Amino acid sequence: MLWTGIQRLFTILAVLWGAATLTFVALKLIPGDPVSILSGGANVVDDAFRAQLTHEFGLDQPLWLQYLHYLGHALIGNFGQSYQYREPVIAVIFSALKQTLVLAVGALVLALALAVLNALATAGRWRYLRTFFTGLELCLLSTPVYWLGIILLSLFSFKMHWFPVMGNEGWQSLVLPIITLSLPLAAILSQILRDGLEEALSQPFALTVRTRGAGETRLRLRHGLRHATLAASTLTGTMLANVLSGSILTETVFGRAGIGKITLQAIASRDMPLVLGIVMLSALLFVIINLVVDAAYLLIDPRLRKRSS
Amino acid sequence: MSSNPLLVRTHPPVSRRGGNPWLLPKTLIPAAFVLLLIVTVIAPQWFTPLKPDDMDMDAVLSAPTLRHLFGTDSLGRDVFSRVIYGSALSLSIGLGATLIACVGGMALGLLSALAPRALRRVLVRLLDILLAFPELLLALLVIAVLGRGPTNTLIAVGLAGIASYARLLRSQVLQVKLSGYVEHSVALGESPLRIIFRHILPNTLRPLLILATLGIGQSVLTASSLSFLGLGVVPPTAEWGALLADGRDYLDVAPWISLLPATVVALSVIALTLLGRRLQTILAKGA
Repeated sequence: MLWTGIQRLFTILAVLWGAATLTFVALKLIPGDPVSILSGGANVVDDAFRAQLTHEFGLDQPLWLQYLHYLGHALIGNFGQSYQYREPVIAVIFSALKQTLVLAVGALVLALALAVLNALATAGRWRYLRTFFTGLELCLLSTPVYWLGIILLSLFSFKMHWFPVMGNEGWQSLVLPIITLSLPLAAILSQILRDGLEEALSQPFALTVRTRGAGETRLRLRHGLRHATLAASTLTGTMLANVLSGSILTETVFGRAGIGKITLQAIASRDMPLVLGIVMLSALLFVIINLVVDAAYLLIDPRLRKRSS
Repeated sequence: MSSNPLLVRTHPPVSRRGGNPWLLPKTLIPAAFVLLLIVTVIAPQWFTPLKPDDMDMDAVLSAPTLRHLFGTDSLGRDVFSRVIYGSALSLSIGLGATLIACVGGMALGLLSALAPRALRRVLVRLLDILLAFPELLLALLVIAVLGRGPTNTLIAVGLAGIASYARLLRSQVLQVKLSGYVEHSVALGESPLRIIFRHILPNTLRPLLILATLGIGQSVLTASSLSFLGLGVVPPTAEWGALLADGRDYLDVAPWISLLPATVVALSVIALTLLGRRLQTILAKGA
């Protein structure tokens, strides 16, 4: 148990370290004068000022020292100042994170609800409905997120005026973005859950439950679903990718503030400390989601608990 | 680890109806659409008499009509012809990016499966780290380094996709490595390079081909997303994502500028994906 914990910790650190190193390499690969890039494209004309900046950013030190310096600061959560916002990167990210979290969590919950309903209803029965839903899922999976967003926006905001066109105010402004973000997620989840459920329902224990006189609904809810959720284990990476890149696109379509917006601004203006911060955030999210999912398994599947102790 | 949700996961299908699986409607319809797309790349002038950059000042922001099938944009340019002429750039970015991802993934996959132990470990870790990031974010990072533009978009989308191909190839190579014929050729004393290129690589190509077919659609999607975000191909170039970005400011007065091109992108990606899945099913049956 302890050994597993240490291994887990090591993996987490490796991912975070890798993310930081990747960004460092990217930063060094950027063509052009590092001083003018680091100072946010400011016109550094004066030689004395240039020397001062070079010294300030530590660019006169050997590369390995710069790297260690950078890692050390990243370790304590100091990613420097954002050039655009003139604020510590952590502060910028935190203020944006709230909006995105609300959106992402809302979308996840909705997606989960839709997927569970869909899978419960169509797994292994009602052939035509099942075919319809599998087709719909496939379409949603290959549909651009922005297309969904634009359709919802022009239909419900511009035509019907049910929801505000853009912005972050009130719950009304959240409805369309959450739906946009959740539909592709629901599609993936439905596929996985349905596959898992169909697999579970074909197993001997399902027959046992049926012979004990349990109804179809009870069998699916009480016994099948638990097995089906285990099948979703392979999906954490895909889910994160969907949520993160999905919220970048969704926020752009609906003009919402959040991580997506600052990511785009940071990349468009090459605000490298902020880019680094966002990369680290993404790595951290990946790690956290994985941990949460692993913990959830122990809750769902008693067999795993026994094996580890 | 994430698995590609676009891949068919269910057991190999039992052929219910006999007959050629290539001639079923569910193969033919997406194939026909993809063929249509290819024709728009080769001969866009067959589809529209208008040029994508011609401005018609009498019909600015005009709604779809017979003359302007998809309406016109804020400069009076015909949206339909911009979509048709844009398909060349969008599809070649998708294709080129997939090629980069495939070749890079092949090299990385082979190395991470067959290289000396130390290098192998480093590469597997590297793949793990890369797979922790969404492809769009990786592509955005590359754009941050290289800057915008069609070529950079292609490179960015390609590089971002390498890890998933590498992982697939690695697992395939590890499987093939254990097979009898590889053991046989090792025993016969064939050179390692010959074994890799004559025996291992050809046997990993089938799943790679399937993933690549699905990958083209996904690359088109990612590239158009980059342009939509304003960080890929920049207007006034006629490219699908750039067209959408162009129309975003006119959603209230002229929704067709974004909506219709976006629908074309959606249909193309769906067609490519369906075709990829059909290919997967058919090839799996042949095995």
